[in-house]
Amino acid sequence: MAEQLKWQLCTVVEIRQETPKAKSLILDWPEGPTHLAGQHVDVRLTAEDGYQAQRSYSIASPPGDKHLMLTVERIEDGEVSPYLTDGLRVGDRLELRGPIGGYFVWDARNGGTDGPPLFLAAGGSGIAPLMSMIRHRASKGSKVPTRLLYSSRSYEEVIYREELDRLSAHDPSLRIILTLTRRRPSNWTGYGRRIDRAMLADTAWPPAEKPLAFTCGPTAFVETVATHLAELGYEPGRIKTERFGPTGG
Amino acid sequence: MAEQFISRGFKGRARDTDRARKERIPPGQYETKEFPVLSAGPTPRTPIERWDFSIYGEVAEKLKWAWDEFQGLPRETMTVDIHCVTKWSKLDTLWTGVSVDTLLAGIDLDAQPAVRYLIAFCDGGYTTNLPLADVRGGKAWVVYEFDGKPLDPVHGGPARLLVPHLYFWKSAKWVRGFELVTEDRPGFWESVGYHNYGDPWKEQRYAGD
Repeated sequence: MAEQLKWQLCTVVEIRQETPKAKSLILDWPEGPTHLAGQHVDVRLTAEDGYQAQRSYSIASPPGDKHLMLTVERIEDGEVSPYLTDGLRVGDRLELRGPIGGYFVWDARNGGTDGPPLFLAAGGSGIAPLMSMIRHRASKGSKVPTRLLYSSRSYEEVIYREELDRLSAHDPSLRIILTLTRRRPSNWTGYGRRIDRAMLADTAWPPAEKPLAFTCGPTAFVETVATHLAELGYEPGRIKTERFGPTGG
Repeated sequence: MAEQFISRGFKGRARDTDRARKERIPPGQYETKEFPVLSAGPTPRTPIERWDFSIYGEVAEKLKWAWDEFQGLPRETMTVDIHCVTKWSKLDTLWTGVSVDTLLAGIDLDAQPAVRYLIAFCDGGYTTNLPLADVRGGKAWVVYEFDGKPLDPVHGGPARLLVPHLYFWKSAKWVRGFELVTEDRPGFWESVGYHNYGDPWKEQRYAGD
């Protein structure tokens, strides 16, 4: 019998404004994080009258980091995300349990080029668990050929933009491809539309290279990516999906 | 019990004043009017010409229905509440399909009492395990209509299992049959950290809960 995952109190040590709508919460996790890249935690909020609300958030920090990072996008009529982005202050505590999920996970193994090429496709704040993988890959010194196709509404809404630029500038085996679906800078030369089959055919590894694909984002985004990758010849069992519904938030 | 932690300044949504409705939401869940989607991989799309439903395993009988034969089985329409482990619950969902009792009627389970578990298997390789006692006696169905319309592939069409008293991952999408077994065997989510049984009223989300 597995041991129960206990609720734990974490302290907020830093809050980082990532984009106009998204903030990262850096948390002190008393037991020390021992998660796998791609896993999530449950967050529980309790009001004074005992009312509780729970939601799941992907872990954005890599395994082995001292602190745990959750990146939260504010959902306008949400119940939990506005509290996390607007109400929470450094020094406040937050109840979490996890890490959870043993399927949507990636392991850098021993570093180097050990492992199949990685194709990551993120929609909006769906970048969080994929960022944990990218950071894990960097911290392990892995050179597994990796491509991230990342769809955002605008340049300002690209979460972790500077860090992604920096990581890919120093690592020719990591390529970041952005697409901006609503607004673009005047000098923008990259993709400017929603992800479609042609974009995936241009950017994803050929199926013959036996790649591993992870996609995370809103339901319609994930459906599009997973369906087209399968049609392009990716083995369905090697396309792993995780959905971020705007529901409830 | 330790003193309850309070999240400073958290008020939450306005509480539902309809007590009868509130009592239908299990602990840690919230009500949604939408129908969110959760699955581990791409949506399989099996044409109904190639669809069939089979029952086999450690039983003497083997059963199989083609799509048209399956449609010819007695159908039931029911309104149930569903609860997903990702925290949403949806009340009063309307489904049409075949009772698992009807499907198992051709198997003499009384004569084979050691057979106590069912492994549902699906297109896409997904499996989930259930005690037979949880799918008999009007508690589970294989459904092919939602809200009076054919079930959308993203929600598990052409047909999915419906076991509303357990977390919704047990209601396997794209179901193609049952393997009946004597020994319980964890299915897909049950092998990667989720609870083996999944009672939402006991909040059995993860292994160990």
